[in-house]
Amino acid sequence: MKEMLIILVSAILVDNFVLSKFMGICPFLGVSKKIDSALGMSVAVTFVMCMATALTWPIYTFFLAPFELDYLRTVAFILIIALFVQLIEILLKKFMPPLYKSLGVYLPLITTNCAVLGVTLLNIDNTYDFAQSIVNALGAGLGFMLALILFSGVRQKMESCNVPKALQGIPITLVAAAITSVSFVGFSGVVEGLFK
Amino acid sequence: MSNLKVLLNGIIKENPVFVLLLGMCPTLAVTTMAVNGLGMGLATTFVLVCSNIVISLVKRFIPKAVRLPCFIVIIAGFVTIVGFLLQRFVPSLYSALGLFLSLITVNCIILARAEIFASKNGVGKSALDGVGMGLGFTLALFLMGSVREILGVGTWFGIALTKQLIEPMKLFVSPAGGFFTLAVLIAIINILTKYKISKKKIGCGGCEGCPSAEACASLNEEGDEK
Repeated sequence: MKEMLIILVSAILVDNFVLSKFMGICPFLGVSKKIDSALGMSVAVTFVMCMATALTWPIYTFFLAPFELDYLRTVAFILIIALFVQLIEILLKKFMPPLYKSLGVYLPLITTNCAVLGVTLLNIDNTYDFAQSIVNALGAGLGFMLALILFSGVRQKMESCNVPKALQGIPITLVAAAITSVSFVGFSGVVEGLFK
Repeated sequence: MSNLKVLLNGIIKENPVFVLLLGMCPTLAVTTMAVNGLGMGLATTFVLVCSNIVISLVKRFIPKAVRLPCFIVIIAGFVTIVGFLLQRFVPSLYSALGLFLSLITVNCIILARAEIFASKNGVGKSALDGVGMGLGFTLALFLMGSVREILGVGTWFGIALTKQLIEPMKLFVSPAGGFFTLAVLIAIINILTKYKISKKKIGCGGCEGCPSAEACASLNEEGDEK
């Protein structure tokens, strides 16, 4: 149990996927203008991350690893993620139109989100077992959510600021991201302190 | 467009990182050292050229509805090949790039070029476009890596430069330094191109040819209405 908590907390705060591992920068910069779209995107990402891990971990462990096909994992995983996202989109559209309306628009954005492929590959690299992998995926998703929501708050404040012409648009957004990222450095000792 | 124009387009006018703002994740993540930036750039160039060639060859046989999964699988295949080559011949770079080597698969530049260029043009032009875009990406990563290594460690390609003169600023090799260096570089290019970049509307900037552009645009419209 303690081990699970360590994985969860370090995935959310210490090794934050966006701010310290640089995965999923595109949605981080693209969908963080409004808090509600940031929330919708990160819920969809968290869901896909957990489901993708639940699918890819058994496929790697029971099909690829025993036959020494582990070099095929990038190809296999991205195919699984792409198919899964497409499937979810179709199912939601058919059976749960209200949910599709609120989450559906985010789904096509997720296939090319490197955080999803990243978390599935990372679970294999770290030799996590099934439960640990799911917890890690959940933590990565929640960390993504935290970063996106915090950052969208920062960005909304920034809209009313008078920014030098050269820094307008992307550059000032990146400076803000740098400062947000510095604030996460403060968490680096948290895990050791909490679970001594 | 003449062949030379196609080639130069990617390096300068439409530099994937500084102007199109694509492929931000590897740009920020692996550029703590100049040599890593260069290696990542060249690996991506290889994948980009090969996938552009193959996709422009098979474009007629791929049904439109499933083209994105098809493109991604072709790209992933080449990424695996690059992984093998690096592991065998440059193991130090292989371990330095780590996970981000596999993540070349989901680099938006490659998919974007497949979508906007390779699926509409012949083999020769697509290959040239791949070389141009790849070199543009390599140039950007090399610049980022050089700035961060010189300021953050005081060395360049491992050779001590300013190490003895001034205390290296560790911030620049930290994640925050990555964001900051990219911000300053884009701001400089912004001035040089007479503020072309600040006119871009959406955060990630690379909407043209991005597979998710439609969803992204509808999101931002929704936001604007509110």
